[in-house]
Amino acid sequence: MSFVTHQLGLVHGNGLRALHGLDLSLARGERVAVIGPSGAGKTSLIRLLGCALRPSSGRVELLGCNPWQLSAAELRRLRARIGTIHQAPPIPPRLRVITAILAGRLGTWPAWKGLASLLYPADIAGAQQVLARLDLADRLFDRCDRLSGGQLQRVGIARVLYQQPELILADEPVSALDPTLADAAIGQIVADAERRGAGVLASLHAVDLALKWFPRVIGLRGGEVAFDLPAARVDTAMLRELYAGEGSVVPTQGNDPDLLLGLADAELAPTDARVVHLDSCRGRG
Amino acid sequence: MNSGAENCRPRGPADFCLTCLLTSGAMLLAIGASFAWLDIDFGALFSHEAAAGMGGFVTSFFPPDAGPDFLKKILVGSLQTFAVAAVGTLLAALLGLVAALPAAGRMGVAARPLARFGLNVLRSVPELVWATLMVLAAGLGPFAGTLALALHTTGVLGRLFAEAMENAPATAEASLREAGAGSAVAFVYGMLPLVWPQVIAYSLYRLEMNIRMAAVLGFVGAGGLGQMLYFHLSLFQQAQAATVLIAMLLLVLAVDAVSHLLRGRLAG
Amino acid sequence: MTVAPPLALGDAGLGRDPAARRRLGNALLAVVLLWPLLQLAEFRPAALFEAGNLAVMKGFLAGFMPPARSPEFLGMLLKATLETLAIATAGITLALLLAAPLAVTATRALSVSAIGPGPGRRRGLAMRGACRALLTMLRAIPEIIWALMFVRVLGLGPAAGVLALAITYGGMLGKVYAEILESTDTRPARALLQSGSGRFAALAYGLIPNAAQELTSYTVYRWECAVRASVIMGFVGAGGLGQLMDQSMKMLNGGEASSILLVFLLLVLLADAISAGLRKALA
Repeated sequence: MSFVTHQLGLVHGNGLRALHGLDLSLARGERVAVIGPSGAGKTSLIRLLGCALRPSSGRVELLGCNPWQLSAAELRRLRARIGTIHQAPPIPPRLRVITAILAGRLGTWPAWKGLASLLYPADIAGAQQVLARLDLADRLFDRCDRLSGGQLQRVGIARVLYQQPELILADEPVSALDPTLADAAIGQIVADAERRGAGVLASLHAVDLALKWFPRVIGLRGGEVAFDLPAARVDTAMLRELYAGEGSVVPTQGNDPDLLLGLADAELAPTDARVVHLDSCRGRG
Repeated sequence: MNSGAENCRPRGPADFCLTCLLTSGAMLLAIGASFAWLDIDFGALFSHEAAAGMGGFVTSFFPPDAGPDFLKKILVGSLQTFAVAAVGTLLAALLGLVAALPAAGRMGVAARPLARFGLNVLRSVPELVWATLMVLAAGLGPFAGTLALALHTTGVLGRLFAEAMENAPATAEASLREAGAGSAVAFVYGMLPLVWPQVIAYSLYRLEMNIRMAAVLGFVGAGGLGQMLYFHLSLFQQAQAATVLIAMLLLVLAVDAVSHLLRGRLAG
Repeated sequence: MTVAPPLALGDAGLGRDPAARRRLGNALLAVVLLWPLLQLAEFRPAALFEAGNLAVMKGFLAGFMPPARSPEFLGMLLKATLETLAIATAGITLALLLAAPLAVTATRALSVSAIGPGPGRRRGLAMRGACRALLTMLRAIPEIIWALMFVRVLGLGPAAGVLALAITYGGMLGKVYAEILESTDTRPARALLQSGSGRFAALAYGLIPNAAQELTSYTVYRWECAVRASVIMGFVGAGGLGQLMDQSMKMLNGGEASSILLVFLLLVLLADAISAGLRKALA
């Protein structure tokens, strides 16, 4: 299994309950998208699965290990097998793109190799090849502060692809990309995971992307699972209820109705706007 | 009575300020006591005689000694002073970076106040006092000056670096740790690039100050222009002393200009 | 996983790090520059561990504990401490007397002739320039060098320290005073000048009310620096704590040195506290 959680719960330091009683699991090579309104606990879930946070209650098992019973060295080795794509790429602006990408393998490289790579990049070809998949090959030796927000986000994705983790966690990985690029970037993540048999859990803001690329979708609301279904079985009513607090606006990312493959349902076809107002769409078709 | 309204009333000149009056009185008293304690005979200081003596002393500096042999010595002295400042600052930057790790709370909660205390002690002792100590420890010569500058500057830079690290966002480094990177590598990839511009700027700024200081450290036997100045003044060779003074000024100006240039280029 | 060998040349698609050549050049340059610097600074850490030096240092440091505290020495220490404080205070006072007129002359906002075309415009400009140049010259040479030279003329003792402080700090205070006066709201002063009042009326009623707090605050801060400086000037014979420390160190008397060092650190803390308190009281 990629991960299994049992009654997983998280309470933040300020007493805020972020997650409650999650029983989730992901098989090796399986892909799942997590959707839900902001504050639903998507980021908390990803941080728990990435061993960045310790659960307040319940258990989590990652790639067959219980991370919080491991020694420090074992935990490091486990973490090197999990790759997290952050919404805001945590890359120092002065780093060069190649350095930022090669940093993905610092968990597996011995320390001397990591340090030597700062003097001369250890694997130019590898970084170049990953970057080419994200259509940025020509920026390999640029400094990250010369990139746009969208380009930087793709560098963040490239880092994790270069890491070649067995479990990819993605926290709104394409939020700064335009619809076409976002679609392509998710496609690359999915293709990479499929080729290597890695599991993927991605939280996505855009429902259409989730439905298009992920065979399974988890709806998260108020820190609890609202639904956990194959994409084909997610319907409008569920989505409307999931986003009920946000004026029943189901966020999508483009105005291309074809993106909503999972929902042939004409009711959900987006208008020109970036968001679909379910109520205002009612009665069309 | 609403005290808030009271506080909002503008303080006009008519307001009688007892504290200000008392403080001013105490200050005047302290000034009077100081002059009384020192008992300097200002009359004699500004008398005709003293003025003539001073005038003679000043004119004895001119013309400065510009003989080629002496200029060669001056050049060596200037280079030595620069070397003391540069090596001392470089050493301090390296040590400061190392000391900043515990002082920024990166090596446990207990290590932080301890490291800060150590840096404070290094910083509180002036360079000249360090120099007298280092002359004992390393013998007379520029190496003692280098060590003295390095010790004091480590205290200054270590604290500044620690603050820079504490203020820098920790996400980049944390994300590397989450991907299994070791602490040293994560620091070098995730934190160092963030604080690097500050490290360079602070170090160059200290280099400018240390050039001035290195010129002075020679007074206690730490080589360079300072030692020459002390030596020639002791022998009442004012012409040579004048040349040393001019060389000091030029050196300081040159380093200021270069440092200004480098700061613009490196930190960008 | 495959790792490209470092310095993989040629392959059109891969390329090599374009920054490598520059980095190598910089590294070589650094070594080439650093080597002679280390030589000039006679950098040889081994000197620290030479038997002779170790013995001297060990004996000296061993003397640090316990600090000297014979009544006789403590009396001297107290006297030296008071002398240091007196040097700082007297020095700052003289610096203030030197700085104030220069600053007022150098301040453009107080110039009658700068208001508009009129007689003496060029002369006013020249006066301000000359004052600024004088202030720069005063502070260009560190106080300790002044002290070293004054000791030659006036002999050992606090007079040299006081004069050295007066000159360097006069230059610093003058420059900063002028800057403070220029940076406050200069319109009241200008209005006063335009309506025909004199320079000092404009200063007292136009500028001082706005700038007073900043001026005192900076002066007090400089006093704090002067306390430190007066200790350091003692090392060249300008009296006070520094001179005492110099003597103790030259006689390798560790106990006295540690007492003096402790008093010095306390004095710096005290000056810090006094300065903070004064600034608060005068705010």
